[in-house]
Amino acid sequence: MGVRVVTPAKVSIRDLSMRFPTDRSTIEVLSSVSLEVKDGELVCILGPSGCGKSTLLNVVGGFLKATTGEVLIDGQAVTGPDPRRIFVFQERGVFPWLTVEGNVGFGLFRLGAAERAERIAHYVKLVGLSGFESAYPQELSGGMKQRLEVARALAVNPDVLFLDEPFGALDSITRLVMRSELLRIRRAEKKTILFVTHDIDESVQLADRVVVMSTRPATIRRIVEIDIPHPRDLSSPRYIALRDILFEEIGLAHKI
Amino acid sequence: MKRLLPFSATAVLLAVWFLAARRQTSGLFPNPLQVLSGLGELLRHGLLAKYVIASLFRVTWGYLLAVVTAIPLGLLLGWYRRGGQALNPLLQLLRPISPLAWIPISILWFGVGDVAAIFLIFLASFLPLVVAAMNAVGNVPTTLLRAGRNFGLSNPRLLRNVILPAALPQLIVALRISLGVAWLVVVAAEMIAVNSGLGFLIVDARNAGNRYDLVVAGMVMIGLIGLVLDAGIRQLEKMKALRWGYGS
Repeated sequence: MGVRVVTPAKVSIRDLSMRFPTDRSTIEVLSSVSLEVKDGELVCILGPSGCGKSTLLNVVGGFLKATTGEVLIDGQAVTGPDPRRIFVFQERGVFPWLTVEGNVGFGLFRLGAAERAERIAHYVKLVGLSGFESAYPQELSGGMKQRLEVARALAVNPDVLFLDEPFGALDSITRLVMRSELLRIRRAEKKTILFVTHDIDESVQLADRVVVMSTRPATIRRIVEIDIPHPRDLSSPRYIALRDILFEEIGLAHKI
Repeated sequence: MKRLLPFSATAVLLAVWFLAARRQTSGLFPNPLQVLSGLGELLRHGLLAKYVIASLFRVTWGYLLAVVTAIPLGLLLGWYRRGGQALNPLLQLLRPISPLAWIPISILWFGVGDVAAIFLIFLASFLPLVVAAMNAVGNVPTTLLRAGRNFGLSNPRLLRNVILPAALPQLIVALRISLGVAWLVVVAAEMIAVNSGLGFLIVDARNAGNRYDLVVAGMVMIGLIGLVLDAGIRQLEKMKALRWGYGS
């Protein structure tokens, strides 16, 4: 990394380790992970399946407690989930018994009816679900369900979003569309985003920085800055060069 | 054709019943026409409506009491794991005891009458509902609980806005099964503990002069009403906010 972090970190992960005791031994999932994420930054955490990157995100999100180390957000230690930072799950994160409107408005129970309705309408439109306000999740496609979950998250105006392989269960075409949608939404709503993925291309397309994780126990192998301006040209030499760096870092030959 | 099939099968079975009844020597077993005229006789004397209402009254009270107590209790026991673990052995011990085994005790406690019968129905529905509600909470996906927590829901709100709706499809199935059981039990309870209702009709018709046409008429009514109750509760499963829970 060439650039020094000047602004104070939004999210600060400090020497995080996590061990699960099992019947015979303990499994180490995370091993002294430290990372600083700046305000408004989009950081992809890239690693093979089962490496512990999801565990890391769950600790940062406040759902799991680390064995040692701590997570600070705005300088305050994370002790549990908080509506200022919303988690978007891989699938089945939306409430199936609520309509699109009901889901988007789920976190808005502290607001008055008028403001609630206004916010719902705004975010339904933002994620492109206009016309589906009274549809139930089971009537939506996989891509639409993920849009819905993103809308539900944005509606409470959080300043951090945690996305745990949010497009992992979608087909490759929908996935590509969803990525450009996410970047569009990000331009509209400045958020700090931690995005967990096992997809190298996804990370190069989205991230300001890519954090490459090792296999279990997860440690940070390398942090790669993606210095391509948006919109990113997926056939530019720089894109391919950065992708190759990540391929190599993950330990894959880029020939099949 | 498909719709006609059940009707024709029923017609064939009625015909077999009719012919079989004609071949018997004792003459005690009624044929379908005699049962029909037995129903007519009950209707004319106002007994049919009276007994049906008496049975439904007991089921309604026993069942509703069970629903409003068992479901909150089951949800709480499912939520507070420790409570569930503490009571689980007792629940498992009580479960295999048929509600009918409680008849003597319910008569001891409440005397012969409506309350004893209502108590039996309550017991029969209560335990399965508690266990089902407990399990339903355990089956709520972690993702949904985490999502609910993430939005800052307090425990009571989480219970009402996430756990209850997530458990509802399973609860409805349990409600349906336990209503069926409640209806089974009311008939048995009325044979012993009271002097009205369809269960009483069956025992009374036999005791008061081997009126087997009325016995079978009572059985037919029990079957029909059970069918209507089940169809009614099945309507709940068609609600849009629930349909997700029953596959596609």
